[in-house]
Amino acid sequence: MSQKVVAKLEKELGDAILAKDDFRGDDEVTVDLKSWVKAAQFLKEDPDCAMDMFGDLTAVDWPEREAEGEARFDLVLYLRSVEKKHRIFVRTRVADGKEAPTLSEVWPGANWAEREVYDMFGIEFKDHPDMRRILMYEEFEGWPLRKDYPIDKAQPLVEYRDADDTLKLPPFGIEEGQPFGRIDWEGRLEGIGEQVSPSIGLQTGERRALSDSEIAEEQSAELDKRTAESHKPEEAGASAPSEGE
Amino acid sequence: MEPIDEILTEAEALELPTEPMRLNMGPSHPAMHGTIRMVLDLDGETILNVDVQPGYLHRGFEKSCERGTYVQVYPYADRLNYVSPMLNNVGFSLACEKLLGIEVPERCAYYRVILGELSRICDHFTCNGASAMELGAFTPFLWLLKVRDWIWDILEKETGARMTHSFGRIGGMAAPPTPGFKEDVRAILPEIRKVIGEAEGLLLKNRIFLDRTQGIGKISQERALALGVTGPMLRSTGVAYDVRKDHPYSLYDRFDFDVPVGTDGDNWDRFMVRMEEIRQSMRIIEQALEQMPDEGPINVDDPRIMLPEKREVYDTIEATIAHFKLVMEGMKPPKGRVYSFTEAGNGELGFYIVSDGSGTPYRVRVRPPCWYNLQASREMLIGDMIADIVPTFGSVNMIGGECDR
Repeated sequence: MSQKVVAKLEKELGDAILAKDDFRGDDEVTVDLKSWVKAAQFLKEDPDCAMDMFGDLTAVDWPEREAEGEARFDLVLYLRSVEKKHRIFVRTRVADGKEAPTLSEVWPGANWAEREVYDMFGIEFKDHPDMRRILMYEEFEGWPLRKDYPIDKAQPLVEYRDADDTLKLPPFGIEEGQPFGRIDWEGRLEGIGEQVSPSIGLQTGERRALSDSEIAEEQSAELDKRTAESHKPEEAGASAPSEGE
Repeated sequence: MEPIDEILTEAEALELPTEPMRLNMGPSHPAMHGTIRMVLDLDGETILNVDVQPGYLHRGFEKSCERGTYVQVYPYADRLNYVSPMLNNVGFSLACEKLLGIEVPERCAYYRVILGELSRICDHFTCNGASAMELGAFTPFLWLLKVRDWIWDILEKETGARMTHSFGRIGGMAAPPTPGFKEDVRAILPEIRKVIGEAEGLLLKNRIFLDRTQGIGKISQERALALGVTGPMLRSTGVAYDVRKDHPYSLYDRFDFDVPVGTDGDNWDRFMVRMEEIRQSMRIIEQALEQMPDEGPINVDDPRIMLPEKREVYDTIEATIAHFKLVMEGMKPPKGRVYSFTEAGNGELGFYIVSDGSGTPYRVRVRPPCWYNLQASREMLIGDMIADIVPTFGSVNMIGGECDR
């Protein structure tokens, strides 16, 4: 769809282009962080590209990349040309704690988008005119869309009223009720590989799908263990908690 | 306090020291469409600067999408734009189908187009009706909302819910059209035309309405494009960008319809563009009703994507397994990322989905049209009077659910 733009950008930036992709027709170019603004400027000003419409700017968190020594975040920029009717995605990589250059000089529309990326991922933008949180409140701690921010984490920074006659109850804690997320990111990043749902474990290859004979073996071993325990006279009282397992 | 001196000459009055006043508007204000806060710097009644602060309706949509299966996103997608939930449903379905590389059967695509356009009519009617009401014209509001209720009756009959339908599915719809669907839609179209005429008759020659919309809340074409404004707001500035026309998705290349544009980018143009779009939507619906086949499948025939028939789940082991796998693990698209965009009520609604090959989306980014439209509203408000916030903000049609996610 926009092969021409990709070719032009490649010619202009040369080595700064790290990768190209056109999955399902969405042309995407990965550029070096140093050429981020240059690429944006070029796409806007070049008469053949003429990307006059700011589409979107967002980020994707890949925490498992950090272990491989690569930058953690992807910044994704989406641009369109109204006149030429083509569009392109530009991607770059930002490490945790590093600043990214702002695009709000090139496209004023990037202002709020960058504020949102900062708010949700904690990526700061250098020379941004107004680097404040935008969706969350100023006192909020943490970066909600990072994978290591638990989905069921509660932040009651405003304390609950401690009055007798109110019927207002604090929300459930993490340890109460049914787990909300299907993927336990904290466990996954620590390398425990604990999954909330066993089916997810199977899916991601972290748990082996047991064959029927293996399950039968496991079950009979478990049964033997329990009967052996319950027959011990001095530990008769200790078998009670095992029922609740 | 001293009494006001009434014998000031004009020259003396002009020399009175003034200083800008800071005023908070919102987050809970009767004239605000949603919960949004504006911090205004005023010189008299003129707005010197405004800080628009969204986020009061932030629910963590994108985070919530990362916890379940793909199908479990639908209820959240409904609540993005709760005025036209069917357009969000269709938008998310198309994004997932693009990720999978499948296409739905023709009958389903027509069904989606008709339901989506009905939702768009709802959206525009609500916006225009509410804008008029906030300027004191209450009757057009009631008349337009009457139409919304007729449409909701049809949607209720089709989907079972008036507002948050959760009716879309990946690779199809939750249910086929009801037997009387086409007749129902055909019956209300002439009625809608009548109501539009009546409402326009009340408003378009009303001096108050003209004064408060024409030339108010202007934005230029270049600024609108650079700020990422889309939808009726961009078209009111004269850019004929409509996703349905420029990048036809689904079946939109089969219909004959026009893209109305304005010239000035003011409140009046936005109102008129929306009104004309309702007429164009009705044209699309008429053509779609004509072309839509009465027989045929609604869903794609793929057990990895669509839930099997309930009867088969009870009767056959294959369907039981397929059902279990889909419910427990979900549909598993290939690794990759796609961006699929549709024309929603307020502009380009895009879903950027990153998949890691599992049944849970790795990342779902919504490009909410309201977000960028609201960002541009700052420039539209500066220099106008404080009373102009109400019609300008009304015609931006900020939907909190979509903007704050």
